[in-house]
Amino acid sequence: MLIFEHSKRGLHKRDTAELKGIPANMRRAEPAKLPEVSELQAVRHFTRLSTRNFSIDTHFYPLGSCTMKYNPRVANSIALMPEFAGRHPLAPEKFSQGFLGCMYELQEMLCEVTGMKGFSLAPMAGAQGEFAGIAMIRAYHDANGDHERREILVPDAAHGTNPATATMCGYTVKEIPTLANGDVNLEALEAAIGPQTAGLMLTNPSTLGVFERQIQKIAKMIHQAGGLLYYDGANLNAILGKIRPGDMGFDVIHSNLHKTFATPHGGGGPGSGAIGVSARLIPFMPIAGVIKDEGQGKELYRWANKTDYPQSIGHLSAFFGNPGVLIRAYVYMRLLGRDGMSRVSEFSTLNANYMMAEMKKAGFQAAIPDRFASHEFIITLKKQAKELHVTAMDFAKRLLDLGYHAPTTYFPLLVPECLLIEPTETESKEDLDGFIKAMVQIQQEAENNPEIVTTAPHTMPVKRLDEVRAAKQLDLSWTVTQAS
Amino acid sequence: MPFIPHTENEINAMLESIGVKQIDDLFGEVPKELRAGELTKIPHGLSEMQMTQLMTERGAQDGRPVCFIGAGAYDHYVPAAVWQITTRGEFYTAYTPYQAEASQGTLQLIYEFQSMMTTLTGMDVSNASVYDGASSLAEAILMSVRANRKSKSKRILVPRNVNPTYRSATHTLVNGQNIELIDVPYDADTGCINLDALKAFEGEDFAAVVIQQPNFFGSLEDVDAITDWAHANNALVIGIVNPLAMSILKPAGQWGEAGADIACGDGQPLGAPLSSGGPYYGIMTCKKALVRQMPGRIVGRTVDEDGKEGFVLTLQAREQHIRRSKATSNICTNQGLVVTASTIHMSILGAAGLENAASQSHLNTASLVEKVCAIEGVEKVFNSASFHETVIKLNKPAKAVLDAMTNENIIGGFDLADNYPELGDAILVCATEQRTEKQIDQYVGALTKALSEV
Amino acid sequence: MSNIPEELKYTASHEWVKMNDDGTVSVGLTEHAQELLGDIVFVETPEIETEFAAEEACCVVESVKAASDVYMPISGEIVDTNGELTERPEIINSSPYDDGWIFKIKPSNEDELEGLMDAQSYEDSLED
Repeated sequence: MLIFEHSKRGLHKRDTAELKGIPANMRRAEPAKLPEVSELQAVRHFTRLSTRNFSIDTHFYPLGSCTMKYNPRVANSIALMPEFAGRHPLAPEKFSQGFLGCMYELQEMLCEVTGMKGFSLAPMAGAQGEFAGIAMIRAYHDANGDHERREILVPDAAHGTNPATATMCGYTVKEIPTLANGDVNLEALEAAIGPQTAGLMLTNPSTLGVFERQIQKIAKMIHQAGGLLYYDGANLNAILGKIRPGDMGFDVIHSNLHKTFATPHGGGGPGSGAIGVSARLIPFMPIAGVIKDEGQGKELYRWANKTDYPQSIGHLSAFFGNPGVLIRAYVYMRLLGRDGMSRVSEFSTLNANYMMAEMKKAGFQAAIPDRFASHEFIITLKKQAKELHVTAMDFAKRLLDLGYHAPTTYFPLLVPECLLIEPTETESKEDLDGFIKAMVQIQQEAENNPEIVTTAPHTMPVKRLDEVRAAKQLDLSWTVTQAS
Repeated sequence: MPFIPHTENEINAMLESIGVKQIDDLFGEVPKELRAGELTKIPHGLSEMQMTQLMTERGAQDGRPVCFIGAGAYDHYVPAAVWQITTRGEFYTAYTPYQAEASQGTLQLIYEFQSMMTTLTGMDVSNASVYDGASSLAEAILMSVRANRKSKSKRILVPRNVNPTYRSATHTLVNGQNIELIDVPYDADTGCINLDALKAFEGEDFAAVVIQQPNFFGSLEDVDAITDWAHANNALVIGIVNPLAMSILKPAGQWGEAGADIACGDGQPLGAPLSSGGPYYGIMTCKKALVRQMPGRIVGRTVDEDGKEGFVLTLQAREQHIRRSKATSNICTNQGLVVTASTIHMSILGAAGLENAASQSHLNTASLVEKVCAIEGVEKVFNSASFHETVIKLNKPAKAVLDAMTNENIIGGFDLADNYPELGDAILVCATEQRTEKQIDQYVGALTKALSEV
Repeated sequence: MSNIPEELKYTASHEWVKMNDDGTVSVGLTEHAQELLGDIVFVETPEIETEFAAEEACCVVESVKAASDVYMPISGEIVDTNGELTERPEIINSSPYDDGWIFKIKPSNEDELEGLMDAQSYEDSLED
């Protein structure tokens, strides 16, 4: 039942003050048709809706490439403290030193853990971080009078945002093929590089769940051709504290704080795509970052402005990104501390490799079986699809019945019938074993009683939904005519 | 080890299963010279208690000044239930609802959100939100360029009284696609768009006209006349709206003869805490004919195999994970958690509650303005009708006056000098429904004192 | 094996091309293409009187899981589009070569038709 269907006209009383000075022709003729419900009805409705979700707090959620790790509760309670939640973005610096100090330290910690020289907290999501990074690359080339560089190279295993971002920045995209062992095809890369190359966007470890071993060589090739190297931080969890993108030769990176630094995914956002840069890109950083002025024995934190970054690509948001998310990431990093950083990559890698080893023993086919996995790995179910007519999607849906959120399906696009599995460091061995057991059970069902798999899920609030109908007979909002 | 759940025995068993001796062996493919040393600039870890103590101190350092700034972020009351329900783990720690059967809670909520946005703005369809108000304007402009087939140009008319950071962020975001944002001056007496100023563009080719209602100065635009003028000149109309104001002002879908084509704006006034500027969310609504040009996630209602009602992400073919370099935008995020809060907020308040908050804010600002304008050397700048925000002019340097007011624990307004130097010592003030009569009087006292001291 | 009518011409991007008696050329998607796309849910037909160069993307066909550009097989002006597709896009699935035609072109250079594939070459190209 929709909240609108609980609505009773006349329940809410208006206590509307006089709209002094607003002419009648500028006013609303009829009230908006929002629901009229009691507070309890609203609380009950949305509490019930929440129970129709899987979440990290309720289920193992091994969604590849998304880093669904535990989100410490204390980060939330601190972010909602009235001094932080109630702070106006334009509050004078006098009322902001505590908050800005946290932001400054967050920038410093992010620089240290990624090996970059400057960090901007402005981007509001990973894709906006990518945008800012590529816009900086463009601004850099333009500032050098290098206007012919109009092409961004992207491996074919990349996230869809990479090519979409390059296009948004006015670049054309050239895809670089990947070898069967997961490494970039260097010959193809060599052939693609030229005076038109503005840069390369790379995820390392790649979306195929392996470390790009030739990274130093790739960096050299791109740099020698005058291009810059962009690091997609989607998989930073795999190398946190152990290997730093700056040391690999990257010029600009974005970090998904909602992945690596445990801020909530929130059912689709908010994210935060803080970006780090090498020294040569600092003048191009977006507004705003936090600057520490030192002098007369006093430290003063303030927002950066155009004079700090003279060639800045400009604003990305109405204010300063998503500080409520940044506070949560700050809390998380301080809780983990120096030594906690590498524990993240160590244990997420241990968990992924353990799961891959056990699943191989159970008869599943790994996409890249002979290498160590990063923090995630890929199982391909093409044999099951061909011989049993049970697809990766069927496995995914059946997992829901058994109490596990499905891994990422059909990504990366290069591997047929794939499941991309990322357990994260915060899952216990029991839960990893439970998932593997569930996969074995589904395999047996696929062999003996495939219909139970191909028609799954059976225990969710709804069965498989008619997406064709949803797209053809668009029903995107409730309207009064639908009221009974 | 915070958040790592393994015992030594378990770790050993797992290593044995993999066939390695120690965890470090798993990183054996990484060239030695790439291994990081100790991260000395990161402090050692704190316990949860120590962290809470530290942040309590940091918070206390900033205090809780009384806020009279709006300028795009408004200090409205949010019922306690809103964030308590929103931060339930099932909403807080869920991912984007791609597995529809295991995400019906989030999906239905977004459908309800879309429904609320369309009734509030008077538009046909809404998406599940974009990042914030500024990015919603940028996305709306990209959309209008794609959608306006009558226009061959990529020129957009953007009045100078549109929020200045929206304008500069939009410039950053659309710059790469050779879109030209053309300044339109505002009228010096009213602060509003003057039809005569628009007439200078007649006969030229431009894809859309942007109108902010109320505009950045709080003044109310003649939206009907501007909308009709834009349509007569083959341009689309992009309305930037304050969604709380929409509860009492004419909704964008009813502007002029045909209504605005796209309505965007910031959803912050509907349940998002100020939180230093975010997370908020961007509103994205449009006419039905433009739905396939709309970026971001959209939820549709459909049925399952048994004919039972359910919800799915729909029209996904427009999005980056499928269209890649041909996507309508690179955007993937909607501000799910804030949208959740906003939907609960609107459900608890209802239309009446929003109208009450809007009208009380309007009344408080009017009362504040009336009182401060009685002070010698303070006057209203524009003579137009306004909603809950107004520009006042001081006879002393605005920056010094605002600084002095901070000594009384008051944030006195937004200094317009950087963005509108032509207005002189002008500040933008707003008193929401949360400002008490006593606080308003304190403001008047603090301003009087500051003006005499500066 | 997909149905590939003998009398039509084809492009590598899976459009079929039919020469009409009135000098115009009809264009649609091949059976193979509609199978790849799955259930078609929307077709954005090009504006009539617009001119496009050969191989330029001129409209979009959308299924639940994919959106695919339709490319101009030859240069020319759009003179007609299939209005039926607005309400019933699924006819591209059920009748790709007849009811499911998408648009008609007035060619600007008929010689370009020579550059298109015949049924046999198209069939071979699918086997590669």
